[in-house]
Amino acid sequence: MAIEVMKPGLSTTVQDLGRPGYYHLGIPLSGAMDRAALRAANLLVGNDEGAAALEAVFLGPELRFTADALVTVTGADLPPKLDGQPQPGWTAFRVRAGQVLSFGFLRQGARAYVAVAGGIDVPAVLGSRSTYVLGALGGLDGRALRAGDMLPLGVPPRDVAKGRTVPEALRRPAATPAELRVLPGLYWHRLTASAQASFFADTWKVAPEADRIGYRFRGGRALDFVPREQPFGAGSDPSNIVDSGYPYGSVQVPGGTEPIVLHRDAVSGGGYFMLGTVISADMDLIGQMQPHTPTRFVEVDMSAALAARDERAARLQQVRYALQT
Amino acid sequence: MATTTVQAPLPGTFYHRSAPDQPPFKAPGDAVAIGDTLGLIEVMKTFTPVAAEAAGRFVRFLVDDADAVMAGQPLYELET
Repeated sequence: MAIEVMKPGLSTTVQDLGRPGYYHLGIPLSGAMDRAALRAANLLVGNDEGAAALEAVFLGPELRFTADALVTVTGADLPPKLDGQPQPGWTAFRVRAGQVLSFGFLRQGARAYVAVAGGIDVPAVLGSRSTYVLGALGGLDGRALRAGDMLPLGVPPRDVAKGRTVPEALRRPAATPAELRVLPGLYWHRLTASAQASFFADTWKVAPEADRIGYRFRGGRALDFVPREQPFGAGSDPSNIVDSGYPYGSVQVPGGTEPIVLHRDAVSGGGYFMLGTVISADMDLIGQMQPHTPTRFVEVDMSAALAARDERAARLQQVRYALQT
Repeated sequence: MATTTVQAPLPGTFYHRSAPDQPPFKAPGDAVAIGDTLGLIEVMKTFTPVAAEAAGRFVRFLVDDADAVMAGQPLYELET
């Protein structure tokens, strides 16, 4: 059982829920940028939620199946086609040996997840099949797919029917303009009061270079720093700090000009101040943002962040309930 | 003769030329062969060529050089 890659798309990688536990060694979390969409995809085809699937960004691949399979596409609205015939998204459909799965133009969102019953059976590296391209780790030979690749498939853990679907209300909409909730953090005091206000007041736009490492934003006013004598070990720019660990979701603003939200393949530390972190409940949303998407950052406190996390967990529980076998 | 519009295969920034000091890939009236590069779309630090999937005569770009495009947005007109 295998899938032959006929066209790879822009950057299609094998991803599961990630590789936590090694960030202190500089090995990032990796895994799906939209974890909820990956979980839903796996549940639809009867896999465990953390099975490896394909993450396709902006441009879909073209895949030929060498054996019958149950397949689904979730996440971005990247319309799947089987031998040219449109298939519904967020729904499990049957693929026969020899058929070709391709995609129409992206209509909404950024990343689609293609799950196949049995999962993509590449070797697990440090406990995960996720691809970390920058470190050439995991996935298929540590890289994005290329034409001619053969992807091995695992044995489906359980039989489920075709046609099962995630109810519309549980498919997370990609909001435009987007709002990302931010909890101000350890270095918030480095900004002047007017910079603290303008960061949340201004509308920013996703920069085209935004990727799995980080999402860069531009278009807002530059941020001013409270004057100080830089401490020993910190660089000379006012946005520099003495090197520190970078949390997943942290927002750094090198030179005070363009905020970068660190995502699944981020570096784990460095010398830029972080004004706070995007809350965990909104990280999947970032994975579905296209370049040039107008974005506002919204200030929240810890209790609001925890409530949002509970809400997200409850939503996932509803998806599990809707798809229970 | 029919005029068709060709859509952007992915979102990003659309360029008419290979570098700022180069002429555009195509000028009005130029012949277009299948596989010809008509422009570049920059996204995630990658420049993806927009290759012609049909032959004909180039009419005009529908998007300015270095403008933002969404996937599916018409990029140029082709007379076939």
